[in-house]
Amino acid sequence: MSEYVLELKGITKRFPGVTALNNVHFKLEKGEIHALMGENGAGKSTFIKVITGVHAADEGKIYLDGKPISFSNPLEAQAVGIAAIYQHVTNYPDLSVTENIFMGHEKVHPKTKRLLWKEMHQEAKSILTQLGSSIDPKREMGTLSVAQQQIIEIAKAISTNARIIIMDEPTAALTARESEDLYRIAESLRDQGTSIIFISHRFEDMYRLASQVTVFRDANYIGSWGVNDITNDQLIVAMVGREITQVFPHKKHPIGEEVLRVENLGKVGYFADISFSLRRGEILGLTGLVGAGRTEVCETLFGITKYDTGSVYLKGEKLHIRRPKDAMKLGIGYLSEDRQKQGLILQWGIGRNITLPALERFSQKGWLNEKNEAEMAKRLAEKVHVKAKSIFDLASSLSGGNQQKVAVAKLLTADLDVIILDEPTKGVDIGAKSAIYEIIQDLAMQGYGIIMVSSEMPEVIGMSDRIAVMREGRITKMLEKEEFSQEAILAAAMSEVQDKTKAG
Amino acid sequence: MAQKSIQPYVQRTLSAERPFSIKQFFFQWEWLLAAILLGVIALNTSLSPYFLNVNSLRDATMVFLDKAFIVFPMAFIMIMRDIDISVGSTVALSSVVMATVYNSLGASMEMAVVICLIVGALCGLINGLLIVKFKELSAVIITLATMILYRGIAYIILEDQASGNFPEWFGFFGWGYVYGIPFILILFIIAALLFGLLLHKTTFGRHIYAIGHNDIASKFSGVNVDRTKVIVFTLAGLMAAVTAIFLASRMGSTRPNIANMYELDVIAMAALGGISTAGGKGRLIGTVIAIFIVGYLQYGLGLINIPSQTLLIVVGALLLFAVIVPKLNLSRLKK
Repeated sequence: MSEYVLELKGITKRFPGVTALNNVHFKLEKGEIHALMGENGAGKSTFIKVITGVHAADEGKIYLDGKPISFSNPLEAQAVGIAAIYQHVTNYPDLSVTENIFMGHEKVHPKTKRLLWKEMHQEAKSILTQLGSSIDPKREMGTLSVAQQQIIEIAKAISTNARIIIMDEPTAALTARESEDLYRIAESLRDQGTSIIFISHRFEDMYRLASQVTVFRDANYIGSWGVNDITNDQLIVAMVGREITQVFPHKKHPIGEEVLRVENLGKVGYFADISFSLRRGEILGLTGLVGAGRTEVCETLFGITKYDTGSVYLKGEKLHIRRPKDAMKLGIGYLSEDRQKQGLILQWGIGRNITLPALERFSQKGWLNEKNEAEMAKRLAEKVHVKAKSIFDLASSLSGGNQQKVAVAKLLTADLDVIILDEPTKGVDIGAKSAIYEIIQDLAMQGYGIIMVSSEMPEVIGMSDRIAVMREGRITKMLEKEEFSQEAILAAAMSEVQDKTKAG
Repeated sequence: MAQKSIQPYVQRTLSAERPFSIKQFFFQWEWLLAAILLGVIALNTSLSPYFLNVNSLRDATMVFLDKAFIVFPMAFIMIMRDIDISVGSTVALSSVVMATVYNSLGASMEMAVVICLIVGALCGLINGLLIVKFKELSAVIITLATMILYRGIAYIILEDQASGNFPEWFGFFGWGYVYGIPFILILFIIAALLFGLLLHKTTFGRHIYAIGHNDIASKFSGVNVDRTKVIVFTLAGLMAAVTAIFLASRMGSTRPNIANMYELDVIAMAALGGISTAGGKGRLIGTVIAIFIVGYLQYGLGLINIPSQTLLIVVGALLLFAVIVPKLNLSRLKK
């Protein structure tokens, strides 16, 4: 069966106490983009690590061009042309683009072992040109956007002469336009005969790119289909094991009086003239391209950074927020985008994480009452349906979706009026996504005013009561429910102005 | 990973009972420390007939407990993933100021003691403020600078002279007994209890652990990271001043080179006690045992006239053992 460049048969991988992969199969043709889908924890990551030689499979065989092969370390996989681009870009921010591309396989003079910088710069330049990018190879990696860094990662794969490239959620942090660039690059690589394994939670990615799709669920192989041979609903059933009838739950939440008003908020270099109001029970979608200033606005409202101009009113009173503690006391909560770094203490149990923002609520004069603490943690963890055995389970042991639920539970410890959610479903699988949507709707029902920052168009449209679109530090459009459409949002987010002038 | 349910909507309950396992109970660093302490006592007893009696065990504490007061706040600092190497210099500066205001400026000794505490706390406060103000600089560099600075000021004040002539009652700190128990031991026990309660039973202590694991997430959770750090560093300075009082009392005088290299002993005791420099880990009881291990080792080896250089080797080896062993255990458990 030499028509497959890569074939895996009956792969099983066990870790102590867990079977991460149970007899899974995978076939990859030359010049094919093959989507690999499944919920978080389905075994996709382990599978990639088996292909790239990070883990050795306990059972099963790997065939490369029809010949059996085995890798004992990642270098061997790299040597035969397998490269992986990971979800969280792994690079050296202080080094140049060229250094990043050639890290680990630098060009050296055959005799003196001197590094051949000129040649490397040239080759980096030519690979980048081939990818349709004009990034200067001498630039520092850290100065590039996430999308650009993603391109560098691809360039790195090409520089190792990879024939098989694995992309693990490459679009997770990208905006629609940046994703489009990535699609284009993937397609051109495919046309040149490179095979691509594409992992993504976004259905758009799969429909746009892949010709085949393989689904894993709970460490098991569920099946492979041609993309045109399977419907969206069938695919969801394959991934989740049940039907999700309504991705966006539609509960009626009554909208009450104004709770938050922002007037002419500005921060030099980041955003300007931000004005909006938020009412109780309302979900305000805040969208726009990554880098439009959405997170920055939210962080100033929460006291992480300070704003230079404008004012914020909560329940009619003007606020002076200097630090997150003030914001939470006054009634503003913030769920940050990066739950691993900013949201949770991964080495701690679920319970301690939940209670951290509200220790004083169950303590007397600074003395902890661990019994009350456990009760509070249990109540809130159950309220958001965290999947775990006990509140002492470590946060690091939870899936992305459950970690996010814990992060939401932390907000519920305080007496809040306004909850700001920054990309609440980023990197979360579809089952957990709809659970989080449900939680957000519940919060709105309870009378919280909710600001939801999101780059995912269907999510913003499906969840919001109003949508504020930001571009380059300004709100360019406030859309009412009847005006919602992808086109209207895109038009406001991208607009005709293409120059890079920032606010301020 | 494998136990994934396909129905996330069912109401689930979580246990709020801490799971107890005998294996985990005995798999604690403190048991190992306790065993080492017993080993040290057994060794000393076999080497010297004078070691194992109540009086000797009791009186030895007068000699080694002075620096122990700094070990507690140092443990706090290390749990927060910081370090303070200026504490030895703080001991010197605060004791030198105390002696000088008493001998040269004519202040009462009571006043001098209070000033000593204030100077120590100020030194710590300065460290703390610098560390939260200049986050891009590591605590090692900042406290290295203040370590040299504080010691330098001490030298300017006393010019390498000793200063003593303290009133007789001042000797009570170093040599006094209360109901047959050394005063320093009583104060040490009180300090251990207070710091232990503060670390393990209060919101303040919880914040210290949170900061050590993830200071950004702590900030986002409403923890006042900067204030917590400043308070802890100030506490370290204050306790360095307490050490200064006991040390000056026991020696009867002070000089600018007093408490030289104390910071290293203090950090070593905390590390041996199971406080991880990676932050977030360790308990105060471990440091208490570690203090006695190092103290009795020192005392016992002294009894049989083993030179202090040998002691350095033993303490160094113990410390290496303390930081390496947990790693060995972990890697074995993973397999």
